[in-house]
Amino acid sequence: MERKIRVLVAKPGLDGHDRGAKVIARALRDAGMEVIYTGLRQTPEQIVGAAIQEDVDVVAMSILSGAHNHLFPRVVDLLKEKGVDDVLVIGGGVIPDDDIPGLKAAGIAEVFTPGTPTSVTIDYIKQNLKRKA
Amino acid sequence: MNDMDAVKKGAEAYEAGVEKSLGKFPERKKDFVTGSKAPVARLYTPVDTAKIDYLRDIGFPGEYPYTRGVQNTMYRGRFWTMRQYAGFSTAEESNKRYKFLLEQGTTGLSVAFDLPTQIGYDSDHALSQGEVGKVGVAIDSLADMEILFDGIPLDKVSTSMTINAPASVLLAMYIAVAEKQGVGADKLNGTIQNDILKEYVARGTYIFPPEPSMRLITDIFAYCSKEVPNWNTISISGYHIREAGSTASQEVAFTIADGIAYVEAAVKAGLDVDDFAPRLSFFFNAHNDLFEEVAKFRAARRVWAKLMKERFGAKNPKSWMLRFHTQTGGSTLTAQQPDNNIVRVAIQTLAAVLGGTQSLHTNSKDEALALPTEDSVRIALRTQQIVAYESGAAETVDPLAGSYYVESLTERIQAEAESYIAKIDSLGGAVKAIEKGYVQQEIQDAAYAYQMDVESGERVVVGMNKFQIKEAPPKGLLRVDPIVGEQQAAKLKALRAKRDQAKVDAALAAVKAAAAGGDNLMPPILAAVKAYATLGEICDVMRGVFGEYQQKVIL
Repeated sequence: MERKIRVLVAKPGLDGHDRGAKVIARALRDAGMEVIYTGLRQTPEQIVGAAIQEDVDVVAMSILSGAHNHLFPRVVDLLKEKGVDDVLVIGGGVIPDDDIPGLKAAGIAEVFTPGTPTSVTIDYIKQNLKRKA
Repeated sequence: MNDMDAVKKGAEAYEAGVEKSLGKFPERKKDFVTGSKAPVARLYTPVDTAKIDYLRDIGFPGEYPYTRGVQNTMYRGRFWTMRQYAGFSTAEESNKRYKFLLEQGTTGLSVAFDLPTQIGYDSDHALSQGEVGKVGVAIDSLADMEILFDGIPLDKVSTSMTINAPASVLLAMYIAVAEKQGVGADKLNGTIQNDILKEYVARGTYIFPPEPSMRLITDIFAYCSKEVPNWNTISISGYHIREAGSTASQEVAFTIADGIAYVEAAVKAGLDVDDFAPRLSFFFNAHNDLFEEVAKFRAARRVWAKLMKERFGAKNPKSWMLRFHTQTGGSTLTAQQPDNNIVRVAIQTLAAVLGGTQSLHTNSKDEALALPTEDSVRIALRTQQIVAYESGAAETVDPLAGSYYVESLTERIQAEAESYIAKIDSLGGAVKAIEKGYVQQEIQDAAYAYQMDVESGERVVVGMNKFQIKEAPPKGLLRVDPIVGEQQAAKLKALRAKRDQAKVDAALAAVKAAAAGGDNLMPPILAAVKAYATLGEICDVMRGVFGEYQQKVIL
């Protein structure tokens, strides 16, 4: 049987807005992926720990509090420190366009802003996995 | 008087005639629905409102069951309070924004705190990194609060504070600042949100588990009923429930179910319902479906009045009144073509006003992108002023009453809300229903259905899934300088070096003793705040006694 794509949907930091994260998690699941949702208030360390433990292909993070420039790159760095280089890391939320080039340079593969259909995110994941599913 | 049989016949004839012509003149779609996906009929007539008894169900403004509003003259007396939620960066920056808003004609303040403040961490805590000053102002101690309200006379303005888990601490700071201005607590007007239950289901800034959280809340009720009599001790909030994706009926139902839980907790703690219920206030959302939203506010008033009178035996009419603040719907705003948001907010403003709100925050057009700039905040405030002074909507009380459609919608929302409340009662009340994940699941299902409707195009969001254009990235967004975190940390270091540590230690020990025992927590928290104990220190003491809430993760 083909292995399903495994995704960790994560809420880094103190932000409590989880509507988007939960909608995305459910859409990914309905698209046939295995989804693990961390719940709120995860530190980058916790997110990386969960990603490794759950052996995920994708880490999808959501922040609406403005702390993305601090927290998203930290997750990428920690994954690198742990020797993980085949996990696709993506982010979403209320993120100003001006911040996106910096986030991409820091290793966030793609950033999805408000109004993005879930189908766009699903297709992106399918086409950009670093591991063969 | 209508001859109801004749009207009924006429309505049937009308429908039959329309059905005949549909082949040639089809309607735009098969099913018409409200913003919350409730069915909408082609036409409403007196037949639809025939069961309504005017005196029993609608009544007069300022009279039970308050369907038409809580005051007898409503906005003919005075307009709603125009209260713009604001706060970012440091206390110094936010103080400037408040003074700007007051100069622009805002009539009440509404303080947004940053996430570390809302979750009871000092700015130098590890978990605060990257969050300081972002979604609101950073407040670590009374010293910050003194700066925040510098030059703002607290006996003249009313202040709403969006603070929940650590509400006692921020209220204590406000009382202490007022005291320094020479304003007694009995002269203070304002509101603390203090609504922990919706934090568990929709907003996320909880700290402690439900039981001690409910105790903190009832301690505030008891303290304020004696010491701060004009303070709204809670703002029972449907706003965030709606933002999380609920329908209009769910917004009313889950909010009022939370309200029931607070009333029950306070009665259980030995308070008389009429001693605290007049100071309970509510907070609702205003979305785009104008008529459904107006009906929602009217239905909410009726449901609450009935509950307070019949279920809780409240005798004071003030206990029956559902007074509420409204904020326009952040989640309805689009990042695409953000100027369109001005129009959405104008419709929502009208809904809030036609629904009889006591105060209103209008969102700024750039909310889906960043914190609002001064220019966009001004437009948002002007929107309220135009509705107030130019639209005519404020010149008579409850102008939509008697509309066959609006009265039918009001009935439907009431019935749906009461059915949800009965379900929650059967689960053991709001706290149990939340612990079981029932409320969260209902909200998430509605949120997901909404998103799927947007993606299928069944629900049109102008500029987002229809009428799109190529846009250049927006310019001139407000940004919070990341240096704020360091500035706050430096302020904390200086404060800790300067204050009388022995006094702080003794005050924190008193908070701990009250938390572990049964004494009201407000007096020792007030003493600790005055000794310049920090928010994080006070919350840490309570974390030690109460433990921390573990979120139930539901997908």
